Amino acid sequence: MSTINTAAATQAADVITEPRVSKKRTIKSYYPRSFFIPTIVLYVVFFAIPSVASFYFSLTRWSLFDSHFIGFDNFVEFFQNPQLYTSFIHTLLYGVITSGAKVLIGFFLAVLLTGPVMGRGYLRAVVFFPVLVSTIGVGIMYKSLLDPFHGMVNAVLRFFGLPQPGWFTDPHLAIYTIAAVDIWKGVGIATLIFMAGIVAIPREYFEAARIDGAGAWRILREITIPLSRGATATVIILSLIGGLRSFDIIWATTGGGPGFTSDVIASVIYKEYQAGFYGLSAAGNVVLFLVVTVIMVPLTYVLNRKQVQL
Amino acid sequence: MTRVRGRAWTVGIIAIIVSIVVFLVPFIFVVLQASKTPADASTLAFSWPKHWQFFSNLRAVLQTNSGIIWRAFLNSAILTVTSVTIMVILAAMAGYVLARRKSKWNGIVNFFVLAGLIVPPAVVPTIWVLQRLRLFGTLPGMILIESTFGLSFSILLFRAFVGTIPRELDEAAVLDGAGPFTLFFRVVLPLLRPVVVTVAVVQAVFVFNDFAGPLYFLPGNEHATVQLTLFTFQSQNLSFYNLLFMDILLITIPPLIAYIFSNRQIVAGLTSGAIKG
Repeated sequence: MSTINTAAATQAADVITEPRVSKKRTIKSYYPRSFFIPTIVLYVVFFAIPSVASFYFSLTRWSLFDSHFIGFDNFVEFFQNPQLYTSFIHTLLYGVITSGAKVLIGFFLAVLLTGPVMGRGYLRAVVFFPVLVSTIGVGIMYKSLLDPFHGMVNAVLRFFGLPQPGWFTDPHLAIYTIAAVDIWKGVGIATLIFMAGIVAIPREYFEAARIDGAGAWRILREITIPLSRGATATVIILSLIGGLRSFDIIWATTGGGPGFTSDVIASVIYKEYQAGFYGLSAAGNVVLFLVVTVIMVPLTYVLNRKQVQL
Repeated sequence: MTRVRGRAWTVGIIAIIVSIVVFLVPFIFVVLQASKTPADASTLAFSWPKHWQFFSNLRAVLQTNSGIIWRAFLNSAILTVTSVTIMVILAAMAGYVLARRKSKWNGIVNFFVLAGLIVPPAVVPTIWVLQRLRLFGTLPGMILIESTFGLSFSILLFRAFVGTIPRELDEAAVLDGAGPFTLFFRVVLPLLRPVVVTVAVVQAVFVFNDFAGPLYFLPGNEHATVQLTLFTFQSQNLSFYNLLFMDILLITIPPLIAYIFSNRQIVAGLTSGAIKG
């Protein structure tokens, strides 16, 4: 009822005042800035303030109630203690491996699943399914499947007389095994994004190329790959962001072990928090922030420069 | 033509066999484990259950620790539904104004949206903020945190989708006498339906499956989410692999249902939104 009244009042006002002026005024004020307010409040309170505060607290010895300024000691500790320093290397390694593999495998699967292939619907569903399953669940599942003595994978390897590695227990292997599980779980999203990108390419391009006598390989190289650049950029950015911050799957499988051989920065942050070293934990957060920013900002810029809008 | 079809068959059959080994076998393993006796399951072998006891395992899981899983499902449901609702409404409003209102501030707003997507949240300082607000370890606190962390991605999808809705529609509604709120909630929001479904399902699956969030911000048994109970169950009861796997099976059902009902919409929303060019 009141809406109608206001509307009528506005219309009446329009008639009285100059219509042109009023229209110009209205169309802008119909997209009110006030719509940002709740978003800004949440963003500032729960994201921006903690992020800024982490820079200060990383320079302190901190108990949540009082903090004691100690300069760069936490960072010195972080980069001098080999147990913490290796997590830095592992984070980079893990991010690059998972992201690279998701791009390659995801693209391959997307080409396969957008082409003429038997059982396409089933294949699409089954590739995407792991994305939906709880990360903790996947971790428990793979811990059983890859158990060095009883696991199914090693049972098969034993049957063929092949070496049976300790997937999660071998210090040199653990981080790669986790990366592989991560790829298995996450490749469905990459595939979905690539599929959307490939489907968006106009059919005529493929037909024209085929009439001109281009083979499958040439079509892939000169049409599909360059024209799914946007999808590629999205996949690289999203999977790298996810990979560099990865925590759940690592915590569910090895907990950073054996020893510290599969620790990443995110798991160090949690361990230091658990141990009560809040300042050191915040320092870990700052290091992770710098790693992610230094990699992602130039990368996003380069990938977005041409035509991509994330 | 027959050659093409022949190839589609060969490739398809190879792909199906590989997919069975890589994707189906692990899930069959979960179902088999969930149906075994404790002794049978503890061998971790990929074998047919000696004694099939799927339903008594199901009943046992639902009754463990005086039915903590019910409580966990309720907590997870409240957390997921509330935070996704907040996220969808706020992100739709922000994405809409961001797409429609061209101003010199847009660059800065976009910068902060991207920062929200890229920058890893600072966990311990967030706990500090939550404690100051007396929200640490409470469900409302967790809801606000999950909503905040999901905003950036949702805003990007909404912004892209609003761009595809013709402006003439807004003008027509304004000429018909709609105010800003009527215009958005009665005219624009209904048209955003495909992307609302996409955002809601994607974020719901994410929040429901989130482990690190509740681990940091929602400690204690009282508020445990399903992911936390699964994790504690794993570290406590290593002799009951059958129940552990039954738990995994139960926890997978809600995301699966959400996905089955919105499969097509998700793809449609992502294609029109996230990827351009």
